[in-house]
Amino acid sequence: MNITQQIVNAIWLGGVYSLFALGYALVFSVLGVLNLAHSAVFMWGAFIGLVAVTQLNISVWAAIPVAMLVAGGIGIVLDVVAFAPLRRRNAPRISQLISSIGAAILLVNIAQLIFGTQPQRFPLGSIPSDPLEGLPIRITPIQIVILVVAVVLMAMLQYLVVRTRAGQAMRAVAFNQRVASLLGINSGNVFRITFFLAGALAGAAGVLFGLAYNTITPFMGDSVALKGLTVIVLGGLGNIQGAVVGGFVVAALEVFSIAIGGSNYREAFVFTLLFLILLFRPQGLVGQAAETRA
Amino acid sequence: MALLEVRDLHVSYGAIKALRGVSFKVEPGQVVSLIGANGAGKSTTLNAISGLLHVTRGQITFNGQDITGWRADRVTASGLVQVPEGRQIIAPMTVLENLMLGAYPRSDRDGVETDLKDAFDRFPRLYERRQQKAGSLSGGEQQMLAVGRALMARPRLLMLDEPSMGLAPLLVSEVFRLIASIKAQGIAILLVEQNARKALQLADYAYVLERGQIVQEGAAASLWADARIVSAYLG
Repeated sequence: MNITQQIVNAIWLGGVYSLFALGYALVFSVLGVLNLAHSAVFMWGAFIGLVAVTQLNISVWAAIPVAMLVAGGIGIVLDVVAFAPLRRRNAPRISQLISSIGAAILLVNIAQLIFGTQPQRFPLGSIPSDPLEGLPIRITPIQIVILVVAVVLMAMLQYLVVRTRAGQAMRAVAFNQRVASLLGINSGNVFRITFFLAGALAGAAGVLFGLAYNTITPFMGDSVALKGLTVIVLGGLGNIQGAVVGGFVVAALEVFSIAIGGSNYREAFVFTLLFLILLFRPQGLVGQAAETRA
Repeated sequence: MALLEVRDLHVSYGAIKALRGVSFKVEPGQVVSLIGANGAGKSTTLNAISGLLHVTRGQITFNGQDITGWRADRVTASGLVQVPEGRQIIAPMTVLENLMLGAYPRSDRDGVETDLKDAFDRFPRLYERRQQKAGSLSGGEQQMLAVGRALMARPRLLMLDEPSMGLAPLLVSEVFRLIASIKAQGIAILLVEQNARKALQLADYAYVLERGQIVQEGAAASLWADARIVSAYLG
């Protein structure tokens, strides 16, 4: 087993997982609910990226921001349709969770109707796939791009949440919606911004995941949905830095379990980790003191 | 014209009628105190005015506008700002971030800068601790921060809900000196207090609330002189 090679694989896959899980964490921290339609938005992001490349004839790089914008829009629609009506009625969180499952099924079914169930691929030549030369390990340009895009987006998110006015409002609403409203913050707007950001992150993760594996189906969200949950449980629910760390941990676990010959059991490894964390450290691996809630 | 006028306010929690026709006024620059026992409906009145509770009947006018049924953020943005009971500072954010959140509805950057400077002049302790998490402050400092944060909104009327609650006697005096200095600035204040003695010393006018209704009102000094009030609320 080439350790360096596995570390490289874990790092770029971790970037995708972190990006995806950040959307879960954002919504959980601001609204206190799990948005189980997040993985469906991820899948839509991948399809939008694909359509942008095949129909609009733009490069895969330009397709990433396009997918982010549209997926962010889907996020807002999700809030307006699946969450806001329940919030207005003060429905319990479990109702919102179930509503998000319904939205996920609907989004997957619509994708099936439009795109069919056969796996689709980015056109030949649109992704530079030859490994970089002169390195002792195999690294493709796309892996580097994935990591760079993921890290840049995470840095932008951190900046947005900590430094900007919108981010301050998000943190205030996350802490206490009632107090935030007495400060003049319109929590409805904050929720929509949060869903837009979560959707955009899922969209970016979807395109990157699609590029990495070059297989896009309406069901591709299933494989990341529960891993994303593992990531945020690992990082401490709603903890942004925790989601980033957790993404890399889960990816490393998965990559190394494949490397030691357990590729059939890689999901088992990940979910055993989830189980152990829930049992022994339900507050997550990242300490409470260091947390930044959005 | 009164700055704030509440007419025949009714609020219910389910089947329980918390307010049953409360009416009162606050004139510009005036300090008005609502006094009454626990559960009389003082906080309910403030929260209904702030738009946090559904008003079943009645009307609230502020600054010539009917604000009944407005969302809380809109009420605050209109210059009617509440400092809720128990301070409610945003504990995981810094002192500076909390103060800046107070100015959230404002768009005049220069004015906000000036007011921030004023806030730090008024509360030197907050300046020393501006980069600390607000949750690490003492109770008295948190109350200063909560009031300072509300002032950052440049309110026309400040509603204070039990500002002295849970504070040591020395700090209670400090809080009332602070309220007096805000009054001197010309900002109207609606003050809800358990400490009726201190509240009446500071207020221009006062209303006594009992089981969701105003049972007595008058100039603070005359209520102060009223033996019945003294025995019922001043212990």
